[in-house]
Amino acid sequence: MTITQNRRSFLASSLGLVVAVSLPLRSRAQSGAALAFQPDGTDPTFAPNAFIRVAEDDTVTVIIKHIEMGQGPMTGLSTLVAEEMDADWSQMRAENAPADDEKYKNLLFGLQATGGSTAMANSYTQMRKAGAAARAMLVQAAAEAWGVDASTITIANGVLTSGDKTSTFGPLAAKAAQLTPPEDPPVKDPKDFVLIGKDRPKLDSHAKSTGQAVFTMDMDLPDMEYVVIRHAPMLGGTVASFYDTEAMKVPGVTAVRQIPQGVAVYATSTYAALAGRSALSVEWDDSAAETRSSAQMMDDLVNLAATGEMKVAEEAGDIDGTLTDAAQVIETEFRFPYLAHAPMEPLDAVIQVKDGSAETWGGYQFPGFDKQAVAGNLGIDPSNVKLNVMLAGGSFGRRAQPTAQIGNEIGAIAKAAGRDGAWKLIWTREDDLAGGYYRPMTVHKMRGALDAEGNILGWHDVVVNQSIMAGGPMEQMMEDGKDPTSYEGSTKMPYDLANLRVNWVRAESAVPVLWWRSVGHTHTGYATEVFLDQLLEAGGKDPVQGRLDLLKSDMTRDRAVLEKVAEMAGWDGQKVKGNKGYGVALHESFNTYVAQIAEVEDRDGFPHVTKVWCAVDCGVAVNPNVIRAQMEGGIGYGLGSVLFNALTLGEGGHVVEQNFDDYRMIRINEMPSVEVEIIESSMDPTGVGEPGLPPVGPAVANAWRALTGTNVTSLPFKTTAGA
Amino acid sequence: MTTFTVNGEERTVDVPGDTPLLWVLRDELKLTGTKFGCGVAQCGACTVMLDGTTRRSCVTPVSTLEGADIRTIEGLDTPEAQAVQAAWTAIDVPQCGWCQSGQVVSAAALLYEIPNPTDEDIDRAMAGNICRCASYVRIRQAIKDAAKTLEG
Repeated sequence: MTITQNRRSFLASSLGLVVAVSLPLRSRAQSGAALAFQPDGTDPTFAPNAFIRVAEDDTVTVIIKHIEMGQGPMTGLSTLVAEEMDADWSQMRAENAPADDEKYKNLLFGLQATGGSTAMANSYTQMRKAGAAARAMLVQAAAEAWGVDASTITIANGVLTSGDKTSTFGPLAAKAAQLTPPEDPPVKDPKDFVLIGKDRPKLDSHAKSTGQAVFTMDMDLPDMEYVVIRHAPMLGGTVASFYDTEAMKVPGVTAVRQIPQGVAVYATSTYAALAGRSALSVEWDDSAAETRSSAQMMDDLVNLAATGEMKVAEEAGDIDGTLTDAAQVIETEFRFPYLAHAPMEPLDAVIQVKDGSAETWGGYQFPGFDKQAVAGNLGIDPSNVKLNVMLAGGSFGRRAQPTAQIGNEIGAIAKAAGRDGAWKLIWTREDDLAGGYYRPMTVHKMRGALDAEGNILGWHDVVVNQSIMAGGPMEQMMEDGKDPTSYEGSTKMPYDLANLRVNWVRAESAVPVLWWRSVGHTHTGYATEVFLDQLLEAGGKDPVQGRLDLLKSDMTRDRAVLEKVAEMAGWDGQKVKGNKGYGVALHESFNTYVAQIAEVEDRDGFPHVTKVWCAVDCGVAVNPNVIRAQMEGGIGYGLGSVLFNALTLGEGGHVVEQNFDDYRMIRINEMPSVEVEIIESSMDPTGVGEPGLPPVGPAVANAWRALTGTNVTSLPFKTTAGA
Repeated sequence: MTTFTVNGEERTVDVPGDTPLLWVLRDELKLTGTKFGCGVAQCGACTVMLDGTTRRSCVTPVSTLEGADIRTIEGLDTPEAQAVQAAWTAIDVPQCGWCQSGQVVSAAALLYEIPNPTDEDIDRAMAGNICRCASYVRIRQAIKDAAKTLEG
């Protein structure tokens, strides 16, 4: 999803600074940035705005409005504040923001939400302004304390200096707290950046390397019970009746309750809850469930590509005439399976209900929706719900739930318990993989027209899949019944294709679908870049030079990453060298430009990827260390899915893959080495969590076709190429 | 009742004998550094040291642990473990972090067995630990960095 920032709404909201509060210092923060993440935080002495607290012990705590799930906002947003405050990195701390759709909204979405690789893009100016305000107030406090003019004061590494007077932030905090925050503090000229643009160690690495980081599933409350849910085995099924006699005999099981999502088992330990669930007998009503197999559903998508209601997503020139008159027409049909996100920490949440109020903890990615859901289930006002956003053990889109799936489940559990108390909901891996909300199954039916010289004259792409946005609160973002997340990336390609049409056909199913790391680009990147490679090959063109020749003249950022990656890989036009094949792909997503070249070997008829070169342009590189990590991770995540993964419905609609033994994750021995280069840029920063993913599949596929002659058009490779 | 040692401390638990060690550690002993990822010994997030070797705690019934010596991420204090954790932090291996306790336990055990592991050694020792964020490039590097530190 590509969203442009509305400057006016941004300015209106970015400086809604809250009144400074001054509270007594309760405890001194731990020393060392590596131990920074403390859910309870340190009481503030100086809080110039909703994002910053400065304590008397010099620690600066940044309140992070985006959930930390591995993509790095705790470090990234803290860097922006530290830069403008001229703080020392070792004094920085980070803490998750609570649910507050006004104070902590994503400026691109209008509510508190993490997604679409927007964390840095929407926070860049806001967090710098917040830091600049804090800095100005500290300077003013020092000027008054020292009796000097503010202009004589400099700050470096967290130390203010004027003549022979120096101070760290802490001693000035109480005085600064008495001042009025400036309306529009100036931010630094990028040439003066000290921290931005340099590798910065992450704030949460030490806690996560020593088992100290606290995630939702690690929460413990007095008298807390553990809850698992028996969900419908058929997607779209509901409970008809259940028998809990055997389940209640399991030692430790305290209650069994029907809730809208299934049957909940309450117990004094996780294992007792699981044992109770196993002993439960449930009859299901499958009248609204999906009963087709994946194979049948794929046949239906293919039929829809020919016969369904075609919406026009993009059109230029005369594609029909071009295809009729072409010297050569090439057709390819690409098939993409459902995919599960499979975050390592399965879905979970904790709730405590007491005297008409509730507090909940979770990896809430759209916390406002979940807060409403908890309140709605309990029949209490949202103002009586406190929501804590926790570190999340991965998400990849799974926790970005417009339907507030987990808020509704934990709320329903507390409601059905019918009393005050505390409960922890735990999903198993089987719940996770068989629980729906998949990357939509998709077909791309593509046709390309070439002239007698092998030049590409026309391009037609029919995309068929379910809509992610339809049927939820995001439906209002659809125009003309079109869901751009279904086909983004197949439209607005950087190539000069004078005759082009992209159609979208909407498919329907009871299987719930959701954005999966890079959303539409997961399949459009593959379909467009493999098909383009086929056309270039048919026209006798080089994959790199052919793309460069096709790029529109104003697509300078696409051109730069493609030229860079060709240089990194030493591209010389040879697609096969010895036993290795080489393939290239270029794809922009979320306003970040990425080109990759993959080096692939044939090992017993299956691709083994030995190396991936990656060039990325994401504007100002706030923290190159995090950008490289996200490119590495996006490449691994994308490669694993392309090689191995299909979430399939078997005969009658039952989900086949239930755990990691049949939904196979990429492992360390299958991970290529990765070389990343970041294009230097002064453009505002854009996202990096998703854009590293789309090019890897097509780069590998193009290398594999060069090496073996096999064009993999039905994913994953495992089902096409065997192994 | 089963009595065993966890991180040097003797513990007695009174739970059904088929309860996996993972849930005993997390729910009874409140040692939550050891993570649940699959429950079927496929992902390695629950890896602990049991009598000196790595073990998937999610498939280890507590009834088999009478007198056993268990080390979890919270009590890992060998030179190998310290070198691994320092290397992990130095190059920022963790992304989401959920699998990293298990990765660190496996990596420390590898370095104890093989002080200078080759890429093949690393693949063999670490292929049982899934990282969904695919931090594998850095896991490989950090193990090599830790090995260098230990060499002195």
